[in-house]
Amino acid sequence: MIESLFFYLFATVTCLSGLMVISSKNPVHSVLFLILAFFNAAGLFVMLGAEFLAMLLVVVYVGAVAVLFLFVVMMLDINFAELREGFQRYMPLGLGVGGLLLAELFLTVFAGTSAITSIPQSDGPHNTAAIGLVLYTDYVYLFQLAGMILLVAMIGAITLTLRKREGVRRQVITEQNSRTRAQSVEVVSVETGKGMGK
Amino acid sequence: MLEISLAHYLSVAAILFTFGVFGIFINRKNVITILMSIELLLLSVNINLVAFSAYAGDLTGQIFSLFILTVAAAEAAIGLAILVIFFRNRGSIAVEDINVMKG
Repeated sequence: MIESLFFYLFATVTCLSGLMVISSKNPVHSVLFLILAFFNAAGLFVMLGAEFLAMLLVVVYVGAVAVLFLFVVMMLDINFAELREGFQRYMPLGLGVGGLLLAELFLTVFAGTSAITSIPQSDGPHNTAAIGLVLYTDYVYLFQLAGMILLVAMIGAITLTLRKREGVRRQVITEQNSRTRAQSVEVVSVETGKGMGK
Repeated sequence: MLEISLAHYLSVAAILFTFGVFGIFINRKNVITILMSIELLLLSVNINLVAFSAYAGDLTGQIFSLFILTVAAAEAAIGLAILVIFFRNRGSIAVEDINVMKG
């Protein structure tokens, strides 16, 4: 009873905040509603017994991705009202496609009716340990690949946004190291009273 | 109704997925909102995978959900980086302005 109550709470808030993400006027509000949606989806994950993924969703998504979105939204100086033109124009098409998709999905869900009502309880290790047991054995190559993907994404994001500015003196280590003595030191004999005047 | 079945979770995921697709349609000009809609789509897919995984008693779904999270994080980082340099070069992020390579 209390379980279904929590399910409906999390499900309703997730869906409503999903709706607010796409319909709110201010993109900052959109990001905040996205964070709310992630939190409630994490609640759903906990109810499904996937505690590790729930925590991962909160840490990675709310802590990193959503904050990244917030950062970019606030950093870019954009007139967002201008971007909302055509909201009404695309609405009928969107409603049509969305309604069709929703009808199809619901037909699929309830036709192949998955009338399983109880989550099978395993008496093995708890969720995090169980994931660790398969992640580092059966899926170890995929796990390494995921690490590579993150590395490529990190390097890609850095190289994309790095820019050379004019008028900034940078240290170029290769130039420093390839300097020879002849390029940097000159021995002159200065006559007394003449100085170095050219 | 009170007993929570797999179909309930699949319904939530279906609604969320529809909102994601709908968001891409109605915010055709705003790249940031389109990226957020894509995040919604990925979240709904994750809910589906985790629900099936829990009700089938098989952890594979959760492992794949983990990888989807990884790829989604990478995608968000690269997408936002592209957005930032595009804004730096053109001073706008409207989708219609992204047509330089159009023949």
